[in-house]
Amino acid sequence: MNGTAVLQARGLGRKYGRRWALRDCTLDLPAGHVVGLVGPNGAGKTTLLKLAAGWLAPSSGGISVLGGSPAGGPAQLAKIGFVAQDTPVYPGLTVADHLRLGARLNPGWDAALARERIARLDLDPAHRAGKLSGGQRAQLALTLGLAKRPRLLLLDEPVAALDPLARREFLQTLMEAVAELDLSVVLSSHLVSDLERTCDHLIVLVDSRLQVAGEVDDLLATHHRLTGPRRDPGRLPAGQDVVSAHHTDRQSTIIVRTDTPILDPA
Amino acid sequence: MIEFHLDGRSGVSPYLQLVHQVRHALRLGLLREGDQLPTVKDVVARLAINPNTVLKAYRELEHEGLVAARPGVGTFVTRTLADSSLAAHGPLRQELRRWLTKARMAGLDDESIEALFMTTFRTAAQEDIA
Repeated sequence: MNGTAVLQARGLGRKYGRRWALRDCTLDLPAGHVVGLVGPNGAGKTTLLKLAAGWLAPSSGGISVLGGSPAGGPAQLAKIGFVAQDTPVYPGLTVADHLRLGARLNPGWDAALARERIARLDLDPAHRAGKLSGGQRAQLALTLGLAKRPRLLLLDEPVAALDPLARREFLQTLMEAVAELDLSVVLSSHLVSDLERTCDHLIVLVDSRLQVAGEVDDLLATHHRLTGPRRDPGRLPAGQDVVSAHHTDRQSTIIVRTDTPILDPA
Repeated sequence: MIEFHLDGRSGVSPYLQLVHQVRHALRLGLLREGDQLPTVKDVVARLAINPNTVLKAYRELEHEGLVAARPGVGTFVTRTLADSSLAAHGPLRQELRRWLTKARMAGLDDESIEALFMTTFRTAAQEDIA
């Protein structure tokens, strides 16, 4: 399944009233990856995820997910899992109720997988979701998303509200699921540190626009931070694209993008 | 069996850290021909990292001819990097230990020791090239 696109966007945009939440986004996400969607709050991450899940319709351009239109009917919806921000569950329903609901609402529901995960997480099926800790609630929401057996799982800021330990446990569960199931993942965060270990692909959104997208290793290999005595970024060798430059009295820190090796800038 | 760890502040990408750790273990004789590497699932569960990262590291090691994957069984070491110099490791390690004790007695902390070692190592390496 590697190589085919799970998500394709062409000039995709979405407006709320007069404000563009996302504009002119052109993107190809290959299958079989864990994609990190990063950017400051309000950059358009949630909007992009909701467009992919079919919760929102585009104002301009187009998007196709797993070869279909995101809200293109029950068969399409069954292929996509979406865990919305703050990993919502029904506080008044028990863990077992959530699994029953999942089984009723999803044609491809994997009851064995759901039960096995709940047992592994040591969750009591009779427990009300409202009484669970933040970490347990997030794990329950993830279990529902996985037991649906989607081909693409979208997660909006799943670990933002969790403490470091719960965060690690959540990402661990997610990574194990990726290893076991044939699954592509897009997960958003405003903290790059959450995504360092878990994502092999990165999308950066700033001010409603796509800044950069690509494989993490390629991005790391082509971006460099140069620190040294103060100098004029304009005098850098040709082929070094300056992304940002900061100066103090004596020192310059410059981030450049280049395909060629960095030689001593003396 | 080798146990992997990741240094989040090293700036080295996770897959390269895994490759380096295997090469290190091969050089030091900690991994030998026929030894099995941890399964992808084990590494993922232990480090909470992306399975593609582990696969990429193992592919790279396979490409270097150091390991081979046996489908359904696991990944095994096929070649060692420890050579005849391995015998010299013991005495050299002892000398290094003595040197470290001297450095500590002279009042150097870990960071100073590392900095001193690395600059000396780099200068010596450059002189060798020149």
